Amino acid sequence: MLILKATGVTKQFGGLIAVNQFDFELPEGKIISIIGPNGAGKTTFFNCITGFYAIDGGIIEFDGHIINSGEDTSHPIHRRPDQITHLGIARTYQNIRLFSNMTAIENILVGQHRHFKTHWVEAIVRSKRMLQEEAKALEEAITLLNFVGLQGLGDQLASNLPYGAQRRLEIARALASKPKLLLLDEPTAGMNPNETREMTRFIQHLRDELGITILLIEHDMKVVMNISESISVMDFGMKIAEGTPSEIQRNSRVIEAYLGRGAAAQA
Amino acid sequence: MTPTNTPTLKDAVRYGLLSGLIEINLSAIGFILLLHQRELVAGAFTMGHLFLFTAPIGFAYLLAKKTAAHSRSRVLGYGAIIGALTALPLIILVFLATAFDIRQFLLNISPDLITLLTFGQSVVTGSLILLAINVVLGMLSAALYLLPPQWRKMAVSGLAWVAISGTFSEILLGRLRSFFGRGLTDLIFTGKSLNPGFAVFILVAGALYSYFSQRRHARKEAEGDRSDATVLSLPIETINKIILGVVLLLLPVLLGSYLTEVTNNVGLYVLMGLGLNIVVGFAGLLDLGYVAFFAIGAYVMGILTSEGALGLGMGFTFWTALPFSVLAATLAGILLGMPVLRMRGDYLAIVTLGFGEIIRILALSDMLKPFIGGAQGVLQIPKPSFFGIDLIQPGQLYYIILACVLLAWFISARLRDSRLGRQWMAMREDEDVAEAMGINLVSTKLLAFATGAAFSGLAGAIFASKLTSIFPHSFNLLVSINVLSLIIVGGIGSLPGVVVGSLILVGLPELLREFAEHRLLMYGALLIFMMLARPEGFWPSEVTKRELHAFEEQHQPGTSSD
Amino acid sequence: MLQRLKEIDMLDLFLWVFRTVILVVVVWGTIATIIENPYPTQTWMETIVAGIAQGSLYALIAIGYTLVYGVLFMINFAHGEFFMSGIMTATIFLAGPMSASGYLDRHPYLGLLWITLVTMVVSTAIAVLTERVAYRPLRYAPRLVPLITAIGASFFWQNYFRGLFGSEVKPFPQIAPFAGKITLGSIVVLKTHLVVIIAAILMLIGLYFFVMKTKTGKAIRAVAENKDVAALMGIDVDRAISSTFALGASMAGIAGVLYALVFRQIHFFMGFIPGIKAFTAAVLGGIGSIPGAALGGLFLGMFESVGPGLFLEGLGIPAPHQLKDVIAFTMLVLVLIFRPQGILGERLAEEKA
Repeated sequence: MLILKATGVTKQFGGLIAVNQFDFELPEGKIISIIGPNGAGKTTFFNCITGFYAIDGGIIEFDGHIINSGEDTSHPIHRRPDQITHLGIARTYQNIRLFSNMTAIENILVGQHRHFKTHWVEAIVRSKRMLQEEAKALEEAITLLNFVGLQGLGDQLASNLPYGAQRRLEIARALASKPKLLLLDEPTAGMNPNETREMTRFIQHLRDELGITILLIEHDMKVVMNISESISVMDFGMKIAEGTPSEIQRNSRVIEAYLGRGAAAQA
Repeated sequence: MTPTNTPTLKDAVRYGLLSGLIEINLSAIGFILLLHQRELVAGAFTMGHLFLFTAPIGFAYLLAKKTAAHSRSRVLGYGAIIGALTALPLIILVFLATAFDIRQFLLNISPDLITLLTFGQSVVTGSLILLAINVVLGMLSAALYLLPPQWRKMAVSGLAWVAISGTFSEILLGRLRSFFGRGLTDLIFTGKSLNPGFAVFILVAGALYSYFSQRRHARKEAEGDRSDATVLSLPIETINKIILGVVLLLLPVLLGSYLTEVTNNVGLYVLMGLGLNIVVGFAGLLDLGYVAFFAIGAYVMGILTSEGALGLGMGFTFWTALPFSVLAATLAGILLGMPVLRMRGDYLAIVTLGFGEIIRILALSDMLKPFIGGAQGVLQIPKPSFFGIDLIQPGQLYYIILACVLLAWFISARLRDSRLGRQWMAMREDEDVAEAMGINLVSTKLLAFATGAAFSGLAGAIFASKLTSIFPHSFNLLVSINVLSLIIVGGIGSLPGVVVGSLILVGLPELLREFAEHRLLMYGALLIFMMLARPEGFWPSEVTKRELHAFEEQHQPGTSSD
Repeated sequence: MLQRLKEIDMLDLFLWVFRTVILVVVVWGTIATIIENPYPTQTWMETIVAGIAQGSLYALIAIGYTLVYGVLFMINFAHGEFFMSGIMTATIFLAGPMSASGYLDRHPYLGLLWITLVTMVVSTAIAVLTERVAYRPLRYAPRLVPLITAIGASFFWQNYFRGLFGSEVKPFPQIAPFAGKITLGSIVVLKTHLVVIIAAILMLIGLYFFVMKTKTGKAIRAVAENKDVAALMGIDVDRAISSTFALGASMAGIAGVLYALVFRQIHFFMGFIPGIKAFTAAVLGGIGSIPGAALGGLFLGMFESVGPGLFLEGLGIPAPHQLKDVIAFTMLVLVLIFRPQGILGERLAEEKA
């Protein structure tokens, strides 16, 4: 079953077409990567999925809901990012964007936002329900913190954590909303080979343990080839190839796109 | 501040000139002369003197601190240079003012100022005295740094006690007289100020107090920290709370009616400050039009209850009108909040400022005059009554204000510690990410605006009925700036900070009328100073403390500077 | 259908209603005024010229906001005080005594030149000092921090000059050649209005060439593009920022002189409201753009001058001119909601993307 389906997605900034007629399908429970040279439109596509941008053309459907559709469709819809999160999509950022002056636990608690039910008036009178909810949330947050391997660091300010731990915390914060689909934007950027290996294992673990569908943007080809079940290649906002890791490695257009530019020569 | 290079003569000259520049400006704007009216020690020393010599003393001390690590011998010399260079521009000013009529340009360079600067002597003698005093003070201040820390603390403590008790001598006098009678006060005071003998007594007492408290500290440290001591099996914290509660309840009796009136004004600003603290401190939305909600609360109260021509005459009392005031302000908070929801921080500030002005101009305009009175305002608003007793005395109104402040504090604290508080904090940190976490920015921001507006409306309603008449000019931009300043000075996001800020920025100028004249100048300087030197405020919130602590840890690993 | 309705954002709906209500009021008021026709054509013409003159002043002050915003992305709240400080000092020390001694009557042009020079020097000095003390140490602080110091600086300077020169309104002497009215074709115009308009046009052209052609101008533009790269190219960033403030302040200083010529009254609080209006003008035109500031100033001046009579008179609102500030601030709100990039600006749109 498809959890995410994008048809003909187009996003323009002035004269620049960042995403151009992009089609994309994501079956539930898979790990799929989007690769492509810098500026190919990968992060822009993420921003279209999460509702940060309204798209100019095409339709994005998630879990049976139209979440973003362009002016060319019968009635354009643009759901806000918070609404889309409530439907079950969570994300991380290329350049880690934690709430840096809040503690690790507080970051995760904010991530749990969509599961809180009590009204703010209950917070003033401290109703029993609200206290129970807070206690339960805290318990879950600690479980998550342990799950990503940050035992005992809950009271640390996010900005004080080491780089690798910040990446993990950001993933924990995204997981806190219990998403069906997790978007990871370059989760191994800036990591050393050791940390990268660990992160790769961790991502696989996420899917296998929690059954979350994962969509990945990544530059490290080793990671991509290792864990993706399918890969889409983007260049100039368009899809130039799609297939299993071994197919992509042999695809001449992909090699041209990368080597022709002299970027990311590992491919 | 790691002193890597030794201060040179050039630094001393620079500090001296800066100090002179500050003093000559303080003199030229009339600050020194105005403060000269308040005597700290009868016949000897005024607050004008205090400020006249603050800059050289401060700069000499600062430079001594930087120099002492390298060369103790230069410290005194530099102090003297700073003193001399501070005096120099002032002496030039004295000569110029005697030779020409500067006053036609700078109206505060008056003969009185010249008398003050020359200590009532002739121009030449006076100038020499001024020079000598500055040089001596510069050297003394530098020498202070060379003293052993224990002695230094004692000296500073003694002087501070004299300055503080001198500053508040008038109030002290009033209170002491009403409790202990003339006998005691005649011993201590001459006129309205401390007499010199008693000033010396305070100086010595302050120094001794510092000496003993240092010894006690040292002993405690030697014995190990035993702060978990309990009395009557109650933890210290609870006892402190009980004492605070009792003092708050008895405050009007302790303070007398004038000081209670001042306290009431401070209380209204605390109430507004608590509201703006939610908007600016918790949610990070800089609102410069906050006075609008205060005005709306006041006008609704005024029109509903007024017994004058503009009153509705529907039999509203203070208590029945109060919910409507708060409700109207809250609605206004939401309505004015909606258009600005998508604006970035600095634009938001200017637009809210515009809203505040729009409300004020409308209140003044002929268009709404038939309803809210234009410049003539709304008159004959009754004071609140409580079970048939009219609350006319400030001591009675005090309890209404206290109750409202406590309520606002309680709500603020509960919201801060709840999920909503975390949402606000997340939004303040990074709006885009907060939204991506599923937080609805619209409702979260509107809740902040609405709560802030409600507190302000409440303050406005009490204000209207406290003054019994309201005019548009009471609701100008300065009120917004005032409230913003006090939460920044107290510590942004901090609840006790709001009270500290209100006491400093609202209470002090009312007690020291001389300050009131230059209050906005000082607000301005204070805002700049706080942002440069102490952005966390005088009573920082836990969060801000944590942030700054983290900042220090990151930037100076393992080192401790002074 | 119900499904569609549910998907409309409540906020969008509110903003749509907000915009429509204001539009309806303006159109209705205008039509009613035209039908009523309360003023003769001559009055309208005078109002328009006054609006252009007022707009020219706003434009000159707005330059300072736009330049500083272009370079530092900060709203220099204290800019109105730069406008006030120069002319206030020059009035007290120069214009007053020169008028009393009769020098200004004998040499009106030379006198005005002296006044202008002193004004520019003082305004510039205050601006550079403010930047050095209150803004430079906070250049990398969170965005709201320099805004708060700017508010502080604004109140500090206002009250500093109040302390120096007193709080009462000071007269600015009449300069004989600029007194009275002049007839241009069929309309009669105040000479001072004409002077303001011509001076503003000359200054704006001069400024444009300065920014485009001179070395300092190029440094300013480079720093506005990218501070780090500019520094790598050997440009002294601190100096370029200082000159940006100086440039903006000298324009504000000239605006101060022109203001004094028209209104002939000087006051310590005179910079505050024009400062905020000029900021509105800068936003209206597109903040960061110099032609935008000029255009925005002109628009705002016109709206403010013509608006009360045109939009509000017909609605039967008594004394509509009391509400001209309401019109200005409403315009600010409308622009920021519906076209934050202003008339000519692209910058904000780019920044967001």
